[in-house]
Amino acid sequence: MRAVIAICLLAVIVPVLAISLAEIPFGAQGAATPEKPWIHYISQGAEETGAANIVTSVVVTYRGFDTLGEVTVLFIAAIGLGAVLFSRQQRKGEKLEGASLILQTGCRFLFPLILLFGAYVFIHGHLTPGGGFQGGVIVASGFLLAYLGCADINARKRWLNATESLAGAAFVIAGLIGLALGGDFLMNFLPKGTFNRLFSAGLIPLVYAAIGFKVGAELAGIVANLLEKPE
Amino acid sequence: MLDTLREIAQLGLVALLLVGAVCACMFKDLLNAVIAAAFVSLIATVLFFLLHAPDVAMAEASIGAAITTAIFVIAIKKTTRSEEE
Repeated sequence: MRAVIAICLLAVIVPVLAISLAEIPFGAQGAATPEKPWIHYISQGAEETGAANIVTSVVVTYRGFDTLGEVTVLFIAAIGLGAVLFSRQQRKGEKLEGASLILQTGCRFLFPLILLFGAYVFIHGHLTPGGGFQGGVIVASGFLLAYLGCADINARKRWLNATESLAGAAFVIAGLIGLALGGDFLMNFLPKGTFNRLFSAGLIPLVYAAIGFKVGAELAGIVANLLEKPE
Repeated sequence: MLDTLREIAQLGLVALLLVGAVCACMFKDLLNAVIAAAFVSLIATVLFFLLHAPDVAMAEASIGAAITTAIFVIAIKKTTRSEEE
């Protein structure tokens, strides 16, 4: 019976939504862009932003404000999880079962390599596929391995929180400086440099590095919160 | 010839994706359901890559297949493994 009601509701809601959304001119030509936006991004994006990866030029420059929203959503999720799992009682560093020597050695060998790969992904975000979110999650998966494999690599949560806050503040401040100088949030006010080089595209690598640090610290904090909570 | 082969491969992957998604919903053992969801993410990663969206493929692989699965497995370890009727 409930399934029937659900299907009936769906049959009403879907056409209504489809009809009302069809009226909105998403991505239509506006006064600011003489051509359609996606054509503009593809033909002018590399020239305007200096980033070889068009996806990055859209994510960080043209739609940078949306990226700030995404980062904020992740931040709120991490805070909510911390609030749910928070316990006032002092954790006595409860001993997990010690992993075997082979596992510990392997973890200790792999952990810096994974961090390096994550940093590579977010630093080269403007040149190759990847970027702040992907690199940050790779960094966090390195921390996950460390937490599971060898208990003695133990990132202090205070440092994780500090990294996260500083990186988030750096992102917002970079955006606000652009707003002050050029009238656009996250405007690219640094010199663009030579196309397709590591030090190019002005602000984009810095912003992506900030996002990478923020996402990595946030997810590592989530994993740490989940693992440390006493049973 | 190559294009039809690629299309057939993509259709097969979509079919696998649907099978994995239905399995993730139907399994009573939550650990199995999480593994099925990770499988869906993996197939989605390959599909995104075949459709020339490497950025999205990387995000799906690292977030969907790795971190989400790990968080779910930890959560299941701390709670109960089977869905209660």
